Amino acid sequence: MMLIDCPHCGLRDETEFEYGSQAHVPYPQDPQALTNDEWAQWLYFRDNPMGLRAERWVHLTGCRKWFNAVRDTVSYEFKATYPVGTPRPNIPPHHGGIR
Amino acid sequence: MADLLPEHPDFLWRNPRLKSSYDVVIVGAGGHGLATAYYLAKEHGITNVAVIDKGWLGGGNMARNTTIIRSNYMLDKSTRFFDRSLQMWEGLDEELEYDFLFSQRGLITLAHTDAEVRESIRRVESNVLNGADAEWLTPQEVKELLPIVNISDAIRHPVMGATYQARAAIAKHDHVAWAYARKASAMGVDIIQNTEVTGFLKDGDKVIGVETTRGNIATEKVGIAVAGHSSLLAEKAGFQVPIQSRTLQALVSELFEPVHPMILTSHHIHVYVSQAHKGELVMGANTDPYTAYGARGGFHTIERQLAAAVELVPIFARAHLIRVWGGVVDISPDSTPIIGKTPVEGIYINCGWGSGGFKGTPIGGYTLAHTIAHDEPHEYNKHFGLDRYYTGHLVDEHSASGVLH
Ligand SMILES: Cc1cc2nc3c(=O)[nH]c(=O)nc-3n(C[C@H](O)[C@H](O)[C@H](O)COP(=O)(O)OP(=O)(O)OC[C@H]3O[C@@H](n4cnc5c(N)ncnc54)[C@H](O)[C@@H]3O)c2cc1C
Ligand SMILES: [Zn+2]
Repeated sequence: MMLIDCPHCGLRDETEFEYGSQAHVPYPQDPQALTNDEWAQWLYFRDNPMGLRAERWVHLTGCRKWFNAVRDTVSYEFKATYPVGTPRPNIPPHHGGIR
Repeated sequence: MADLLPEHPDFLWRNPRLKSSYDVVIVGAGGHGLATAYYLAKEHGITNVAVIDKGWLGGGNMARNTTIIRSNYMLDKSTRFFDRSLQMWEGLDEELEYDFLFSQRGLITLAHTDAEVRESIRRVESNVLNGADAEWLTPQEVKELLPIVNISDAIRHPVMGATYQARAAIAKHDHVAWAYARKASAMGVDIIQNTEVTGFLKDGDKVIGVETTRGNIATEKVGIAVAGHSSLLAEKAGFQVPIQSRTLQALVSELFEPVHPMILTSHHIHVYVSQAHKGELVMGANTDPYTAYGARGGFHTIERQLAAAVELVPIFARAHLIRVWGGVVDISPDSTPIIGKTPVEGIYINCGWGSGGFKGTPIGGYTLAHTIAHDEPHEYNKHFGLDRYYTGHLVDEHSASGVLH
C-alpha cells in the first residue's frame, strides 16, 4: 500500500484516493473555435510517459479535495504533491520521494 | 489433463540472423505480432518478414493473461468483430497443426443489481441479433450449471441472474504464441528475439527503416504491436496514440482436482476465474487505476478480488495464493482496439486491446496483415482506425457494456 501525501491532510493510505489523469490540461478557452484535430487532442489524447508525470488526484474518502502530484510511472513514487492552481514543481528525475 | 499437451521438439522455430532489409518488419512478438506475420505469409504470400521483440517471444501480456475468449460484447461493430475472432479460434489448432488446449467451456457473467439485470438481458438480445450465442440464466439455472456458485440472498452481492455464452473458451496462451511462431517461421518469417526497436528512419512522412539495438533494418512497411508500450514507439515514429498504459494483475492458486469446469465472471465486484487444465485456479481483477509501466499493482486490488471470489464461491476460501503478477495493458478511450494506418506512411498499428486482447489474437493479426498488405483496412477493422478519435465515430464499448477482458 502506498502512502500519498495529501496537501491538506498529510500522509494517508492510497485507497483513500482516486486518480484523475494528467494535470495542467485546461478546458479550451473557445471550444467552438477548435478544429477537429484540436478537439480530439483535448478529449482523447493524454501524455503516457515512462517516468515523471504531473497528475490530478482527489482525496476522495478524506477531505475530498483535488490536488496535483508529480509521480514516477515506473516506480509509482510520488515525488511531490501540490495544490491545484500552482505550477508543476521542477523535480529532477532521480530525486527521492514518498512511496 | 496435462498429459494432453503435445510432445515438444527441441526447436519450434528457426533462430535466424537478422538481415539488413525486409519487406515488412513487425515490432512485438506477442500474440498479435506473431499472428500478423503468420497471416502476412499465409494470406498474402509476404514472407520476407521479421518479427522483432525486445524480450522473448510471447513474454509480454501474451504470457500474463487469464486467456478468456468470448464475443458477447454490446455494440454491433465489436460483437461482429469478436465473434469473427471466436470463429477463427474454433478451427485454429487444426489450422496451425498444434494443440493449445482450446476449451469451449462456457462463460457465466453474473448480474448483481437491477441495472445489471436489465443491461445483461439487453446484451443477450443484442448478441443473438449479431449472431453470437447468448442466453439469460436465472440464479437457479446458474446453480445447476455451476454448483459451486453461492446463490444465497444472504451475501453482500446476491446473484440476480447471469448471461451465458456457451462458446466462450480458455486456451493455453504460451502454446498459442508458439503455434503461430512455428508456422510463420516455417513459411520463412524471421523471428528475432532480444532485440529492441529504438527508433524509426523516415524520408519525410514515409518510413524507410527501423533502428534496433542490433543495427538498422531497411523496410518500407512496419507493423507495431507492442501493447502497453505503444505510446513510446508511436512517439519515436512521430505520431500519437490515445493510449494510457496501466497495470492489470492476475493470480493463481495451487493445483486442485477439477472443481470449476467453466469460466465465472462478475463485473460488478470485479473478479473472473477459471480452472486451468493443470488444476490451478486462475483469477484476474480490474486494472489498477493509474498510468503505470511497472507491471506491478497494489495488493489491495488482489485482496478485493479474492474477497469477491470467496463470497461467490465459498469453497475457494481454502485455496492458497501461489503467484501474483502484472502486465502493462494499453487502455484506449473507448475500450476498443485500434488497428489500422497511422499518420506515417508505411507504419501500421495494432493496440488499445487493454485488458482483453488475447481473445482478439486471430482477428487482430488477420486484419493488421490485411491492412499492411493492401494499405487499406479489411472489412472487419474498417471502424477501428486511429481516425475515429478525430471524426468522433468512437466504438464506445466501455460505455455500452462496461465489460472487461
Ligand atoms: C493480467 C492480465 C490478464 C488478462 N486477461 C485477459 C483475458 O482473460 N482475455 C483476453 O482476451 N485478454 C486478456 N488480457 C489482455 C491480453 O493479454 C492482451 O490484450 C494481449 O496479450 C495483447 O497482445 P499483444 O500481442 O498486443 O501484446 P504483448 O503480448 O504484450 O506483446 C507485445 C510485445 O512487444 C514487445 N515490445 C515492446 N516494446 C518493444 C520495442 N521497443 N522493441 C521490440 N519489442 C517491443 C514486448 O516485449 C512484448 O513481447 C490480460 C492481460 C493481463 C496483463
Ligand atoms: Zn486530504
